[in-house]
Formats: sequence, structure tokens, C-alpha cells
Amino acid sequence: MDRFNTLLKKWKGQRGNVIPLLQETQRFFGYLPEQAMQEVARVVEKSPAEIYGVATFYAQFRFEPSGRHMIKVCHGTACHVSGADSLDTALKMELGIGPGETTQDGMFTLEKVACLGCCSLAPVVMIEQEVHGRLTGDKLKKTLRKIKD
Amino acid sequence: MIQVQELLVGLGSCGIAAGARQVYDTLIRELKDRGMKIPVIPTGCIGACHREPLLEVRLKDGSRFLYGDLDIGKVKEVVTGHLVEGSPLNEYLVPEKYDYLARQKKIVLANSGVINPESIDDYIKAEGYTALRKVIGTMRPDEVIEELKISGLRGRGGAGFPTGLKWGFTSSASGVKKYLVCNADEGDPGAFMDRSLLEGDPHAVIEGMVIGAYAIGADEGYIYVRAEYPLAIKRLGIAISQAEERGFIGEHILGSDFFFNIHIKEGAGAFVCGEETALMASIEGKRGMPRIRPPFPAESGLWAAPTNINNVETLGNVPPIIRMGGGEYARIGTEKSKGTKVFALAGKIKRGGMVEVPMGISLREVIFDIGGGIKGDKKFKAVQLGGPSGGCIPERLLDVQVDYDSLTATGAIMGSGGMVVMDESTCMVDIARYFLSFTQTESCGKCTFCRVGTKRMLEILERITQGQGRMEDIDELQELAVNIKISSLCGLGQTAPNPVLTTLSYFREEYEEHIKNKRCPALHCKALIRYRVNPEVCTGCTLCVKACPVQAVQGVRKKPHIIDQELCIKCGLCFEACRFSAIEITTGE
Ligand SMILES: Cc1cc2nc3c(=O)[nH]c(=O)nc-3n(C[C@H](O)[C@H](O)[C@H](O)COP(=O)(O)O)c2cc1C
Ligand code: FES
Repeated sequence: MDRFNTLLKKWKGQRGNVIPLLQETQRFFGYLPEQAMQEVARVVEKSPAEIYGVATFYAQFRFEPSGRHMIKVCHGTACHVSGADSLDTALKMELGIGPGETTQDGMFTLEKVACLGCCSLAPVVMIEQEVHGRLTGDKLKKTLRKIKD
Repeated sequence: MIQVQELLVGLGSCGIAAGARQVYDTLIRELKDRGMKIPVIPTGCIGACHREPLLEVRLKDGSRFLYGDLDIGKVKEVVTGHLVEGSPLNEYLVPEKYDYLARQKKIVLANSGVINPESIDDYIKAEGYTALRKVIGTMRPDEVIEELKISGLRGRGGAGFPTGLKWGFTSSASGVKKYLVCNADEGDPGAFMDRSLLEGDPHAVIEGMVIGAYAIGADEGYIYVRAEYPLAIKRLGIAISQAEERGFIGEHILGSDFFFNIHIKEGAGAFVCGEETALMASIEGKRGMPRIRPPFPAESGLWAAPTNINNVETLGNVPPIIRMGGGEYARIGTEKSKGTKVFALAGKIKRGGMVEVPMGISLREVIFDIGGGIKGDKKFKAVQLGGPSGGCIPERLLDVQVDYDSLTATGAIMGSGGMVVMDESTCMVDIARYFLSFTQTESCGKCTFCRVGTKRMLEILERITQGQGRMEDIDELQELAVNIKISSLCGLGQTAPNPVLTTLSYFREEYEEHIKNKRCPALHCKALIRYRVNPEVCTGCTLCVKACPVQAVQGVRKKPHIIDQELCIKCGLCFEACRFSAIEITTGE
């Protein structure tokens, strides 16, 4: 918590600090806990409702904890025409979850995103910060099994 | 012994995704083990993304060899075979590179894939920051603006507004404090030009920003980068601090009275924030909602101060324009569209990647001569330009030339440069549905027609792809399209119907097939297709039986399998698994 307070102090009084603060908060906790958002509101001298309003506008912010590994399946145009849907099917088979859901053991959270900028390797999936390209359902399953072990 | 000048490894995001990091590490280790002292330069995107990971070998005699599709094993072979024993490994070379390059003209991408983006010295060696020196040492701000006007440069972010004119507006706006913003939100799915440029040559964009700031009198700048581009953000951060150390940013730039600072702002995942007024609201820490213009940002932008917003590629064009002179730049391209345009080729194209071509070239040349045509032996169907604001261009219009006005005349737009190529297996009704679902999700909700109108259009398109469409639906789509266009405040709504309108005008028969005959000619729409096993071809290998997630494919070894249509969810996994093409897809039965 002390580290979180230092982080808040760093941004205090800077113009346009709301979104960077929320981003750092999310990096810190993995999501935006209600309590933390109230702290952010206090530091930037705005109402919690206003902060919540900003946070809900942007797709990046989550209000629930995510699994240990974040899987982002690209559904950009290039990935869509190259079979991104079948990756979703493969993930559903392998992990039993769909976009927006987390596995029961808290290992994986699945998200849908639009274009990761690696379109020439479509279809692609980002696991943590790493982009995996030229995937098929089979290859993706193998990658996941490696992570599980 | 051959004389190697240097080795280049493409380490853009796409290269890394394909395994270039391992190739780079292996290369370094192999050279070290052999005591070979050859410079290895990590570069940005080399362009031929379809063959990543890439390694370019440059010899002292000027000859070059590009290796593609490398992995740890192959790179070891290249070290032994080519670097040690001196004979190139033909089977791993990328043969098309040079003809792939011949039709291109690299101005903005001149350094991408050539220099180390994390080294300011490399940039300086490639004439970097000479344009800034020229501007600060010898030109007044109004002369810089004049030079931009002469060059004919138009904004590369989509709308194509003349850059010199825009700078002129901000320069003459009254206000002591002015801002310059670089739009690196690159939200169009299927577009990655700005990412490549930022990863491959971040200093060029920064130099363009400093020159722009000098011209309009701004002392503070922002680069708004989408959060999905961590590597671009990292390299920009490095470049900014290097430029500060060398006195290209900060106070008394190059000994003058001019000062300018740059901040990086990370986006938070909202497509609409690429729109300039929404982007500014987002930098200010608000919900990223567009507002009515006027006032234009040039009069009242960030925190109500005059603000100039330009796209990454627009700014990347500025240093070369200053170096070569506006007049020289204006000799490239067509009468109304000057210079070059960077395109990101993706989809069903053979050689996907980054290309930079002179304006005026035809789409056919870009797709077939440079891009190598369609992957596999399928037929070209359409090329999508301009993302959710753009449209699909059919085969018969491929000779249209790449310039703002000609592309707009087709109903598509130049857009930011994403080019997604589609073949006969892409359903155009589904593509229209896909884009509508994108804009529908990304609509900020402020304008009723954009919020509800796109939802109605999406519902209709979903109905058609599910085989429940009626012929009246087509008229209703057209009517909604017109209304959404005229009653939306920002470009998102105004252009949202474009993908539907272009597919309706060029591929109307596909809509009619879905509606009248319940057929999907591309064999894509799940509700209208069936998978079945051809008993004549099936060998009974059970691969499909194992692949099926819902046990719909049944059968025993050595006997033809069958698919239970009741259970089948049409995921296509059996089709992928079959090695004998025994699974067939039919439609309209
Ligand atoms: C919905 C929407 C999204 C946009 N997204 C981008 C974008 O991602 N990048 C960009 O440079 N311009 C984008 N624009 C265009 C900007 O509003 C603006 O015109 C552009 O940044 C101006 O720069 P330029 O004159 O250098 O092209 C978008 C516009 C709209 C309406
Ligand atoms: S469309 Fe998937 S990375 Fe661009």
C-alpha cells in the first residue's frame, strides 16, 4: 500500500494525470479496485463518480481481477479473414472459457482485441506481452499447454 | 574469406512475434563462439513481414543477401555456410526482395529496417537532424510553412488535409501557449504503418515534430500512442531522451531561443480517440468523446490553447521534405496527391508487409506486382482500404490509381494505409457485418444515429448472414446508411456505413444469394453451410473424429466417417484436420 501511495504522490498536481494514474493503478493491482479509484479521485480532486466515468469509457480498464495469464485474441480485419474465430473455438475447447471470462483456477483470462499491429502474421494472439503469429487452433493449444506446465 | 560489412536482423513487433529475438540471440552467440567481429544491427521492420524472421547480410563489396523464415537451426547454417565458408544458402534466400523493392520508393521508410532505431548516432549518420539544423539555422517559421505548402504534403491520418495549410492556421492563431500533437493511435484494424515507423525510425517522427513546433510556435508536444504498441512506446522513450541529451529537444535547441518538450501519452483502448477532438479530451484526462468543430484545434485545442495535430507518417515526411526541398518532393506523385504513401499489406496476400509507393501507382501494381497476388491458388475478390471508414474495392476497379481523389471516387478512401486483401473464401456480407460490429462497439454513444443506427444496421446484417434476411432489408440498410452519414458529429459515424455501401454496390449479388437462395457463395456463414464427409475419398483415419470438439463426427477406423448435422457446430476443425480433402462444405441445400 505504501508503494501505491508513493505512486499517487508522483502524479499529484500534474495536468491530465487521471488516465496515467488509472493505468498505473491497474498495473499495480492488475485491475481497478473500488478503494483505489477513490484514492485516485482524492488525489486528482475530482468526484469518484467522475473517475469511474472515465475508467468505464476505456476498454483497457478492468474492474475485476484477471487470471494469471492474459490471452488477447486479435479480431482485427486481417485476423478475422484469416480465421480468428476458429482460435476462439480452440480456446473454448482447451480452457472452457469464452472472451471476457477467466478460468476457474485463475490461470487464464481471455479477451478479444481489435488489431495488435502484426497483421501480416495473422491470425495472432497476445499472451502477456508476447505476440504469437501464424496460429492454428492446434498450435495455440500447444502453446497453452507449455504455459500450463 | 568473404568480407562482411554488417548483419541486420529485423526486430519489429512482427519480427519478434515470428521468433526474431531467438534468431538474433543465436546469431550473436554463434559469432562470439567463432571469434568473429561482425557488427549485428537490430533494426525495425524490414518490410517483408511474410518471411519474418529476417536476416540481411551486407558484404563490403556492396552485395546484399536477405534470408527469410529463419529459425535457430537455419541461422546456425547461415553462419557456417555463408559467413564462414563463403557460399550463400540459396534455399533460405528471399528471392523476391529486390523486385519487391524495385516498384517502391522509400522516403518515409528509408531508415526502417536499415538503421538501429535505438541509436541516435545511426540516425544522425543517415542525415538525421540535418533538416532541423537547416530549419533553425537558416529558415524563419513562415518559410518552413511555405516549404510544406510547396511540397503539397497532405495528412496521412485519413482525411488528407494539406499539412502546410494546417500549420499556417495554428501559427496564425493567437495565444502564447501552443501545442503540437502526434497522433499515433492507429486504430484501424489491419493497419500497422505507424507502428512500423515508430519502431523502425522513431527519431524521424521526433525530428518532424520539432520542426513542426518551430513552424507553428509550439513549446510543448504530445505523442498519443495506443497501449497495444509497447515496443513503439519503449523506442520512443529512448529516442526522446537521446534527443534531449543531444540538444534537439528541450531548451535552447541547437543554441537558439527555441524550446520544445515532448511527452508520451499512452492510449487506453478506445478507437474513437484517434479522432482529434476525442484524442485531446483523452489527453486532458476525460472520457474520449469527440466534440463539434469549429472551433478547430488550431484555434482551441488542448486546454483551449491552439493545437496542431498530425499523424505519425505525416510528421515522418517532414524531415525529408526539408532536406530535399518542397519543390523536389512535389515532383513525386500526382497533381493533387504528392509524395509517397506507406501501405500495410495483409490478409490473403502472398507477400504481406510494409510497402511505400509513389502516389499514382495502381492498386493492381501494389497488390500483384509488389504483393505477389493471392496466397494459395485462390482468386482475388476484393481489397479493403481505410478500415471501418473505408470500403471494399472489387477486381474490376483495380486499375484505379492510388491518390486521395481517385480512391474516394470508388466509395472507399485512401485511409491511413491498411490494405486487407480478400479472396473467394471471404464473404462480403460477413465483412460488412464485421465492420459494423466494430463501429457499433466503438461508437462513443453521443450521437443517436451513430449509436442506434449502427445497431439497427448490424442487426439486419446479422439476420442476412443467418439466412433470415428479406429483400427489403437492402433498402433499409441504404436508408439507414444515408441518415447515419448526415446526422453524426464525427468521422466515426459519418463513415461507418461505407463498408456496407461499397459491398452493396460491388457485391450485391452476394447479399441476394444470402437472402433469396440462403446460400453463402464464400462458404463462410455458419448458418448457411454444412460440412459433410465424402465417403469416396474418406480413408477412415479418424483424425476428424478426434478433432471434433462436440463429437459430431462419428465413425471407426477404415470406414468412411459421417457428420451428425444436429450436433455439428460448424467450427471447421474437422476440415482443417483432414489430410485427404475428404470433408466438403456445401451451401444452399
Ligand atoms: C473515428 C476516427 C478515428 C481516427 N483515427 C486516427 C488514427 O488512428 N490516427 C490518425 O493519425 N488519425 C486518425 N483520425 C484522423 C484524425 O482525426 C486527424 O484527422 C488526423 O490525426 C490529422 O492528422 P493529419 O492531418 O496529419 O492526417 C481518426 C478520425 C476519426 C474520425
Ligand atoms: S488484424 Fe490482427 S494483428 Fe492486425
